[in-house]
Amino acid sequence: MSWDIKNLKKWKVGDHPAGALIPTGGNAVEYKTGGWRSEKPRWIEEKCTHCMICWVFCPDTSIEVKESKMLGIDYDHCKGCGICAEECPTDAIVMEEEEK
Amino acid sequence: MSKTVALTGNLACAHAMRQINPDVVAAYPITPQTTIVEEFSTFVANGQVDTEYVTVESEHSAMSACVGASAAGSRVITATSSQGLALMWEILYIASALRLPIVMHNVNRTLAGPINIHCDHQDSMGARDSGWIQIHCENAQEAYDTTIQAIRIAEDNRVRLPVLVCLDGFIISHAIDRLDMLDDPEVKKFVGEFEPAISMLDPEEPITVGPFDGLHGQFFEFRRAQELATLGSLPVIEEIGKEYGAVSGRPYGLIEEYKLDDAEIAIVVLGSTAGTTRVVVDSLRADGVKAGLLKIRSFRPFPIKQITDALSGVKAVAVLDRSLSPGAIGAPVFQEVRSALYDSESRVPIINFIYGLGGRDVSMGLIKEAYTVLSDIVKDGQVKQTINYLGLRE
Repeated sequence: MSWDIKNLKKWKVGDHPAGALIPTGGNAVEYKTGGWRSEKPRWIEEKCTHCMICWVFCPDTSIEVKESKMLGIDYDHCKGCGICAEECPTDAIVMEEEEK
Repeated sequence: MSKTVALTGNLACAHAMRQINPDVVAAYPITPQTTIVEEFSTFVANGQVDTEYVTVESEHSAMSACVGASAAGSRVITATSSQGLALMWEILYIASALRLPIVMHNVNRTLAGPINIHCDHQDSMGARDSGWIQIHCENAQEAYDTTIQAIRIAEDNRVRLPVLVCLDGFIISHAIDRLDMLDDPEVKKFVGEFEPAISMLDPEEPITVGPFDGLHGQFFEFRRAQELATLGSLPVIEEIGKEYGAVSGRPYGLIEEYKLDDAEIAIVVLGSTAGTTRVVVDSLRADGVKAGLLKIRSFRPFPIKQITDALSGVKAVAVLDRSLSPGAIGAPVFQEVRSALYDSESRVPIINFIYGLGGRDVSMGLIKEAYTVLSDIVKDGQVKQTINYLGLRE
């Protein structure tokens, strides 16, 4: 189903489907939440073995992967929880203070 | 064909649930609701229903499971009381905001403390702004009939809101009452197949349920839309009550009037006390006193027009409230009835009697006392005290 929210701020009572329903799925990607971070993960490519443990453990979908290769981190959605750095067996991800 | 049976109010509700055969029941037992879910669980164990019965660790979880099941496209029923309803609080608002047609019995019991398991309406009054439709029953027959109608009201596409079916703890829930039950196929036909407006489990048409509203969102508009749906349920409740009457011989409306046509004094009340008041009205009528009764069945939505019309001819009104709102101008039903009458032409004198808290018995004598105060108001032309307490030792 099409879902165009360009003019969302102008929508009046009854314009939005009842019950705050969004008639599409997988739309969290459209809502950028990276601004919440106080620490950010840094990926050290040389140390990475592409084991995908960080991808499995990331509670969001912030580990970018293509064809079984780690590509980096999606900072638009990473909230800086540090689970990837904690779980990485080769210390290929380290947490650093976020600089604005 | 209906059959006449003798059942407690709770068992009448459990049998209505059996006949409805919901997809999911997620419930947690609490006095005085327990025998509803206990009896229903035996129907599940015996294979008399197809229901997925989810045993949970708390009422918060019960309502959360109901929300999930309903959003998945299931027909869902649950039941609770008192502290259990209080523990569901935050999920009550979510169920109504997501417009999920869940039906729940609330077997009215006071809220602690001190701890007390007996009847008053302080539990459901607390849920009055939660966005649930709230219907109060007078006896086991009404509890049975309303359960069946509640399914249709909740699931109606013009409504799509959860419905709370209230019955007085112990007085209705545990007393054995005579009632007529519809045959199983008649109930099946009346409630029909559930056609869910949404289903989270359809991979062909994925949806998002319960999203974050954001900082520039639609929250205000959603709440107003919910209010419009609640108000829009008024004619639907009437329509389904009438349709149920055609099937059962027992039609239902938003309110019920008893000897109000020529009444000079009237009592307004919810729930089982209406039954006691009816007998008092008959006794006063035999003595030549023009007494009447207005029972409010639908407390949410509040049927303003029906109530003001019904009370338009009387000279003094007393609202009986089985709850107390500390620091307010009287209790909730009184506040709303008085507010409704403020705009009416007659602006009839109206007083509040708070009664029956924590299961304090309300006798015919006490209700007669309330009518006597009304007679004095008509005679003297003045209200001595607006907020009164019936059966309180003070």
